[in-house]
Amino acid sequence: MNEYAGLVPIPVLLPLLGSGAALMMSRWPKAQRTVSVVVLTAVVVVAAVLLWAADQQGPQVLWLGGWRDLGIALVADRLAALMLLVSAIVTLAVLLYSLGQGMTGDEAETPVSIYHPTFLTLVAGVANAFLAGDLFNLFVSFEMLLFASYVLLTLGGTSARVRAGTIYVVVNVLSSMLFLVAIATTYAAVGTLNLAQVAVRFDELPPSTSLMIQLLLLTTFAIKAAVFPLSLWLPDSYPTAPAPVTAVFAGLLTKVGVYAIIRVQTLLFPESPLSGLLLWAALATMLIGILGAIAQSDIKRMLSFTLVSHIGYMILGIGLATEAGLSGAIFYVAHHITIQTALFLVVGLIERRAGSTALLRLGGLARLFPLLGVLFFVPAMNLAGIPPMSGFIGKVGLLQAGLDEGTWLALLLVAGGTLTSLLTLYAVAKTWALAFWRSPEQAHEMARLLSDPEADDVPDAAPPMVAHRGHVHVGAVAFGRDDVSAAREVHDNDSGERDLHQKLQAGSLPDRLPWLMTWPTAGLIGVSLALTVLAGPLYGYTDRAAADLTSRTPYLTAVEQGAGE
Amino acid sequence: MEVNLTLVLTCGVLCASGVYLMLERSLTRVLVGLLLLSNGINLALIVASGPAGESAFYGSADPADMADPLPQALVLTAIVITLGTVAFVLAMAHRSWQLNEHDDVQDDVEDAAIRRLAISDATSDSHSLTTSGDDDAETPGEEDGS
Repeated sequence: MNEYAGLVPIPVLLPLLGSGAALMMSRWPKAQRTVSVVVLTAVVVVAAVLLWAADQQGPQVLWLGGWRDLGIALVADRLAALMLLVSAIVTLAVLLYSLGQGMTGDEAETPVSIYHPTFLTLVAGVANAFLAGDLFNLFVSFEMLLFASYVLLTLGGTSARVRAGTIYVVVNVLSSMLFLVAIATTYAAVGTLNLAQVAVRFDELPPSTSLMIQLLLLTTFAIKAAVFPLSLWLPDSYPTAPAPVTAVFAGLLTKVGVYAIIRVQTLLFPESPLSGLLLWAALATMLIGILGAIAQSDIKRMLSFTLVSHIGYMILGIGLATEAGLSGAIFYVAHHITIQTALFLVVGLIERRAGSTALLRLGGLARLFPLLGVLFFVPAMNLAGIPPMSGFIGKVGLLQAGLDEGTWLALLLVAGGTLTSLLTLYAVAKTWALAFWRSPEQAHEMARLLSDPEADDVPDAAPPMVAHRGHVHVGAVAFGRDDVSAAREVHDNDSGERDLHQKLQAGSLPDRLPWLMTWPTAGLIGVSLALTVLAGPLYGYTDRAAADLTSRTPYLTAVEQGAGE
Repeated sequence: MEVNLTLVLTCGVLCASGVYLMLERSLTRVLVGLLLLSNGINLALIVASGPAGESAFYGSADPADMADPLPQALVLTAIVITLGTVAFVLAMAHRSWQLNEHDDVQDDVEDAAIRRLAISDATSDSHSLTTSGDDDAETPGEEDGS
């Protein structure tokens, strides 16, 4: 039953040891790189074995130090093992990508000596959060990954990053404090923090007490997961970080929050699903997030808003509190981790190749760099949920679960989910049309027109421009005042940033993309397509995981037996 | 469970002051707020451990008289984590002061954009590139403002 328990702590221990080793080797970047790659590859292998073991033999449990009942338990059940494997693959891809970025002499973006140890600590924290079978251990793993993320987010300490970092740190410190309050309350109420024991003892608590603890925990995790209205910190802090850092944050950190919500909702509070609250939160997250995405004129910010928006789908599945809903949510988490990370990596490629991610400065990428076009197009369509890709399958699963539920609120959520999917398509199509489809000359002309509408030599082919209440409509696209003033800066100031057209003419673009940046991105997109091909078996797996979660017994008996050994 | 009222009140006061300070603009005050808040919450953990008693591992007290050692371990961990956080926030405040000569938490990008938009909407429409039929839809009040 528990043969592979010895492997359970490896995904936490290896990155931590690797982090220490990498820190000691900070003078030898090559050795550091080798250590990081070897460690993360090993974690992928171990996570795959754990996934197989958890599926075949039930949850693998290890009580650390052999302190029965008193120590800290690490549990790898189907849900945790899947999250672990997906996150391990994604972090390996991001690490390789950042190696590629480092090799191009872009050391200021990712200074190897700090970057590698911190990155490995982040991986250890994420793995520990998935495996934690104890509330306080979950808190500690959150702190591990948050500390690493503080450092990664403020790498280099530029003005923009310090501004973003301030908001990020203060918000997360506050959520950690809330988590501690929840832990103190739980301990006062039931005298233990082990999740399995808490689950059993919560059944005897008065409903008001457990409801209070539930709301505290949900608020804490909703801040981490960026559920509206606790999501406003995210689009502001993520886009300023270096590309690989944003990619791994977007892929993993919010999903750790979602994972924690799934875990506590199913294990601790099966009697109180709070469907109404969660479904309304899901609806608001989806719609407000995607409306924010449409309003953005920078690809990075646009993607940060779609990230918030799509968290709503997962909350929808959790809020339904049915097996089908949970299964859909788990599938969607796996899909979204890969796809969102891949998209941010592609944006990093765009930034590197074309020098900017602002839509105003970009154009003609599809013709200039066809590879980049393919790399953006596939995951973007997958994000929007175009059949037959995994995004479509995940959304259909969730919406089907909503239809099965059949209440008016669930149906409203189905409508909201469909609308969000269409609006996502609109947001990525707008990005595609502006950054990839039109020619750089058109982009340049439009920016010039925006900056100086009184110019005489307006070409006849120029799209009609309409100024209206603080923004400018060009054709079907609206630009805010900020974009207009940004456009003015481009053209008024010769020494200022140039757009792609000017850079092309000046020939100041880098020659080509390093293969070590392109290949991991392509690999990750390959993984997301593999999720589509393997959707059948994967959905079977998430169904079993959801059944485990709703029945609770596999988890509870495994932890109890683990304590007896 | 018996609860020590003094501890609970102290915890409440510390948390309230901490929250008040965290709402301040200056990062240094936020930092002090963070310290007070975390101390208050550590006290809450101590309250959760129940009545005081003999030390758990040192000496040979009767287990019934011992204080619960687990929350003490939790508090120690929490203190260490807060120490790290404080160090990081201090470093950030210092960096912010180096860069901007103040350590205020700055507006987020979206808020600033909305405020600029509101100001420009209220003061003038002279930036209009071309006039359009859409402008007719605006209320007379807004027209007066231009």
